[in-house]
Amino acid sequence: MRQSFIAKNPSVLVFLSILALFTLLVTVFAEGPGAGLIPTSFVKTLGKTLCLCLIAIAMDLIWGYTGILSLGHFAFFGLGGYMIGMWLMYERTRLIVSDALAQGDIPPTEAEVVDAIGTQIFGVVGSSEFPVVWMFADSLVLQLMLVVLVPGVLAAIFGWLAFRSRVTGVYLSILTQAMTLALALYLFQNDSGLRGNNGLSGLQNLPGVEAPQSEVSMWFFWASALALGLGYMLAAWVVSGKFGSVIRGIRDNEARVRFLGYPVETFKLAVFTLTACIAAIAGALYYPQAGIINPAEMAPVASIYLAVWVAIGGRGRLYGAVIGAAFVSLVSTWFTGGQAPDIPLGFYTIKWVDWWQVILGLSFVLVTLFAPKGIGGLFDLLPRKDRT
Amino acid sequence: MSTLLEVSGVSVSFDGFKAINNLSFQIAEAELRAVIGPNGAGKTTFMDIVTGKTRPDEGRVIWGEKSVSLLDMDEAQIARQGIGRKFQKPTVFEDQTVRDNLMMALKKDRWVIAVLLFRASSADNARVEELAAEVGLSDQLDRIAGELSHGQKQWLEIGMLLAQEPRLLLVDEPAAGMTPEEREHTTDLLVEAAKTRAVVVVEHDMEFVRRLNCKVTVLHEGAVLAEGGLDHVTSNPEVIDVYLGR
Repeated sequence: MRQSFIAKNPSVLVFLSILALFTLLVTVFAEGPGAGLIPTSFVKTLGKTLCLCLIAIAMDLIWGYTGILSLGHFAFFGLGGYMIGMWLMYERTRLIVSDALAQGDIPPTEAEVVDAIGTQIFGVVGSSEFPVVWMFADSLVLQLMLVVLVPGVLAAIFGWLAFRSRVTGVYLSILTQAMTLALALYLFQNDSGLRGNNGLSGLQNLPGVEAPQSEVSMWFFWASALALGLGYMLAAWVVSGKFGSVIRGIRDNEARVRFLGYPVETFKLAVFTLTACIAAIAGALYYPQAGIINPAEMAPVASIYLAVWVAIGGRGRLYGAVIGAAFVSLVSTWFTGGQAPDIPLGFYTIKWVDWWQVILGLSFVLVTLFAPKGIGGLFDLLPRKDRT
Repeated sequence: MSTLLEVSGVSVSFDGFKAINNLSFQIAEAELRAVIGPNGAGKTTFMDIVTGKTRPDEGRVIWGEKSVSLLDMDEAQIARQGIGRKFQKPTVFEDQTVRDNLMMALKKDRWVIAVLLFRASSADNARVEELAAEVGLSDQLDRIAGELSHGQKQWLEIGMLLAQEPRLLLVDEPAAGMTPEEREHTTDLLVEAAKTRAVVVVEHDMEFVRRLNCKVTVLHEGAVLAEGGLDHVTSNPEVIDVYLGR
């Protein structure tokens, strides 16, 4: 069975080989374990890019395959980041605070330690009490479970309400957008319990780990590559069989699938929840590499970018989503990171930081109009018949 | 023979217009029935009600030997009860192969997990090939359904319906847009299907109905105007007046 799955989807094998080769090359040339040609900051950028590719796969599943244009998947990505960030921040603060208190004459009580952690973390929002959402923050295992559980349950409840009422098309897109906006606005509040617009910071430091950032960033890079590989295989397996037929059927003619006897709403809910969980895992790997997460990350525009990546890469094929996310987000980093030289025209200077958005928007329009299959569509020109 | 579907006293109106007006209809197991009537007579709305797409304002729709009401079920549940529907326009999944289309329709567990874990057995593949042979698409199995001709799409859809193994088949204008040879093939398929299940064919074309050689129900203004053999109803002065005379 396994053999036939790979045999039927040669692109999975090709993708995994390329990913493995890429990971190996980065490892060999990176600062830290390797030759030192790739600086740590760029290793982090590449690791983050792999996470973005993973959420792009989730987006492709829900949009490209099932036809639901969700403009809210970055909310799940952000929530995943917050869940792991809570433990990272709590545990690191606990270690620092314990050290500081241990300098005193009397060993601190547990309550004193917790108090001190609270003051450290929530001082910026004028509080020192632990909000109830932090009740599991001292346990890595529980927070790791919450990475999947919180976004998963949110997606399940939201999806159940939306799909049950048969909200479809652009109305559903608007609903998902409203969801992510509402969540972001809520988290911006100081009393939301997640430090308002300060967000969580210092996430790049693993508590209790002495290794330098050059090594830690490598670990996260490997973890991201592994997650992307597993996510790709999972997605390819999900769409390869009859389940894939049914969700593509839902995309193309929902009513017809219903008359075949398939519970369409349940299928949509399953894909929506699954992709929310994948997005959350991607986020949980992304933010420790970014170092900081704040509610601005969940702004609706982030989820729109996600749709743009998938559209440019080519929706309805998994490698298209990966190509789109990798290509556009890397180019975007280059243009907005100040590396691209500005072009002085005498009367006007083209600043790429400003103009990149225009180019991106324009290319989205052009791709949608003239190349609906996106960059991935180029592979159709090759004399082969595999499509995943 | 026992009654498979019983529709009684059903009415539905859209914005004050009574599309179906106190309609009653019965069909037995393994029966072929043609439903005819002028445009706006309520033929498609009748199918919508039976398949759960439209909820009637009043009346009952009773199904099977256990006499369950179909009115409390959604489209997918009704389909799982064993009611298959073919639309007027051929609706197949154009993006997928003929094989995938048939495999999707094959009578199997429809639940999400079961579908996710489903891998076609050799028996399933054999059944799909058998169905393709039945509707004359054996050599088209691995073609993308969107590339098929209009008639082939109609047959694929009929094949998908047969794959569902429904006990009642509702077929909306199957012969529309077909060549005479294609019509003949379609007639054969429907007559053959009706040997083992109930088949309701909604049709405009009298010649096609004559070939089906079955009991006919004439609808007019959302109610049954006449019922019986084709010659019987076509000699009915009321039928001639509202339908055939024009």
